Amino acid sequence: MFEQLNCVNISSSLFLVSMLGIFLNQKNILVMLMSLEMMFLAISFNLIFSSIRLDDIVGQIFSLLILTVAAAESSIGLAILVIYYRIRSTVTVELMNLMKG
Amino acid sequence: MYLLILMLPLLGALISGFGGRWLGYKGANTFSTLCVLVAMIFSVFAFCEIGLSGTVCHIHLSTWVESGILSISWGLLFDSITVVMLVIITSISSLVHIYSIKYMENDPHCARFMAYLEIFTFFMLTLVTADNLIQMFLGWEGVGLASYLLINFWYTRLAANQSAIKALVVNRIGDFGLSIGIFLIFWLFNSVEYSVIFSLTPLFENYTLTFMTFQIHGLTLIGAFLFLGAVGKSAQLGLHTWLPDAMEGPTPVSALIHAATMVTAGVFLVIRFSPLIEFSSTILFVLVIFGSLTAFFAAMTGVFQNDLKKVIAYSTCSQLGYMIFSCGMSCYNVSLFHLTNHAFFKALLFLSAGSVIHAVSNEQDMRRMGSLVKFMPLTYSLMLIGSLALAGFPFLTGFYSKDFILELAQTSTYSNLNMFYVSFACWLGSMSVFLTSFYSFRLIYLTFLNNSNLTKTLLHSVHESSLVMSLPLIVLGVGSIFVGYLAKDLFVGLGTNFWGSSILILPNHNNFIEAERLSILIKWLPFTLSASAVLVATFLNWTFSSSVYFTLKLRKLVFFFAFLMNKKWYWDVLYNRFLIFPVLSFGYFISFKALDRGFIELSGPYGFSKLIPLWSKLLIKLQTGQITHYLFFIVSNLCFFLTVLVYGYIDPNFSLALTFFILLFFI
Repeated sequence: MFEQLNCVNISSSLFLVSMLGIFLNQKNILVMLMSLEMMFLAISFNLIFSSIRLDDIVGQIFSLLILTVAAAESSIGLAILVIYYRIRSTVTVELMNLMKG
Repeated sequence: MYLLILMLPLLGALISGFGGRWLGYKGANTFSTLCVLVAMIFSVFAFCEIGLSGTVCHIHLSTWVESGILSISWGLLFDSITVVMLVIITSISSLVHIYSIKYMENDPHCARFMAYLEIFTFFMLTLVTADNLIQMFLGWEGVGLASYLLINFWYTRLAANQSAIKALVVNRIGDFGLSIGIFLIFWLFNSVEYSVIFSLTPLFENYTLTFMTFQIHGLTLIGAFLFLGAVGKSAQLGLHTWLPDAMEGPTPVSALIHAATMVTAGVFLVIRFSPLIEFSSTILFVLVIFGSLTAFFAAMTGVFQNDLKKVIAYSTCSQLGYMIFSCGMSCYNVSLFHLTNHAFFKALLFLSAGSVIHAVSNEQDMRRMGSLVKFMPLTYSLMLIGSLALAGFPFLTGFYSKDFILELAQTSTYSNLNMFYVSFACWLGSMSVFLTSFYSFRLIYLTFLNNSNLTKTLLHSVHESSLVMSLPLIVLGVGSIFVGYLAKDLFVGLGTNFWGSSILILPNHNNFIEAERLSILIKWLPFTLSASAVLVATFLNWTFSSSVYFTLKLRKLVFFFAFLMNKKWYWDVLYNRFLIFPVLSFGYFISFKALDRGFIELSGPYGFSKLIPLWSKLLIKLQTGQITHYLFFIVSNLCFFLTVLVYGYIDPNFSLALTFFILLFFI
């Protein structure tokens, strides 16, 4: 099960799915944040697989740090979301075009 | 003394020009006239010392430009040609100065006028005394400039401005040719000094050079460009159009510039370069053809002019033609002799015309004059002397030079020197004699002898000019009678050694002695022609003039012919329509609108200032405000840079091609 190709495949496909989740989703910003979390997950997976494969602890340390960062980031993101919702009373992505060039 | 001849006119010009405000018009008049008079006395001394004693005076002043092989110096060369020209220039100039004291007395810009006259004299003296081509060119250009200022003297008149610009620009065409000639001379001889050029010329007799891939005889090429310069300045056929128009200036200016000095500069150049031109038979041929055509054309046009000054202007043009074709027959000394005589009688004619114009309140049309002989007998008699001298009446000045030129032409025609083309000049010259005498007497009749066409008020105010104006006329009248006789033996006598080394005539071109052996009938020919022209003029004007004119006018062809002549053979119209207007429209439509304001601006500032906003609008459209679009750009650019980094590391050309592709996308 711990063959390298397999591991990389799993993490890469997870990353791709999350990326598509961000792109294809035009409606809900919550789904976007979830896809972002999935992206972090995919990267952490990749790091952990690599650290086991390469027998090196640094990857696992890094994944722990990423976990922390992801937690902080999602909290801040959700806070921004709440503030945004309070002002606009909607979270639809399509309508967020005030910054048009 | 030799330096003072040059410096006095310059001093007079500077002081009466810049200090005219303090000198007042009387002071400026007196001062500048005195300067020229002293210069005239000195040049008479110089004439005695150099011309009569047979010495040459060469003064080296200082170096001007020293650069490698090129060395130009300020130097003065006084030889026989120069002193003759000096005497002509200073004497005519001083007489014109005295004349214009009275003529211009009511003009508000008297000091400026005197300064211009002086500066003109100075530049003319620089032209004739120079010992190298560059200094000569300084005088040449300066004379053109001074003529511009003088023709344009009444600068509020539109016609004067136009004529002055025309004179300057048409002269510039010739000057361009002259400067190319100077460059060629420097290229060939490595020097611009007369002494070097003339002593080296025989070595280059068979030298050919490649000019625009053609093998051309070097001396012919130089001579051709020098002749182009002479054509511009001496108003030969082709570039003659400026001379009649230059009559817009005050009459003393016409007398100074267009009779005695400026137009003779071209002839002077040809005479000065006789040691070079002699070695090129092609240039001699061209001189003969152009000179005789000019003489005939101008004489024919002069017959049909109605403006008093234009008739005299065309006669100047015609006489310059005589001088040039005399040079073409290798008779440079005869040409210079004619130049001297012509200066006297033409200045006399112009100044007398000025006196007439002054008397009838600035009316220049001859058809509105008549019977002035009762009112101004002195001017009439002087004008008659001038006209007779011009027509070559025996024992007046014109006779000694003009008839001699015709005799030489006859000699060259009959001799077996292989100068068949001279017979062409001989025919045209003889016909010009007839026409010259005809228009001179037409002028006399219309102005002085016919019934008056003046209005009654004008007729009451007609008066003889005052002494200050009459005195130069009398001096010139005396000159017109005696100069030819007095100078004959010196200038063109058999075996005269007056010219020394200043004029070179190759022995096989010399036909002076043969001219003495012409049959008596041929010698009588010019006089017969001019006398018959006088008779024809008398006949037409006195007997049944109006009826003859009237019947001739009915003939359509005659009328057309007269109209053609009166309009100067439509030279100006042809030039305007086929040369000047196309060039001007090329300048406006092609070089200004299509290139300067068109293509170059489009590929320069104007085009870029339009293109960059266009691009920036496209770039702005990329930023839609949608987060997903931004994300797309972020990810796609990430992919792109990764690709470029990876592949660009492997193959450098790939990144270049890719960058090019992106730029194409932007455009």
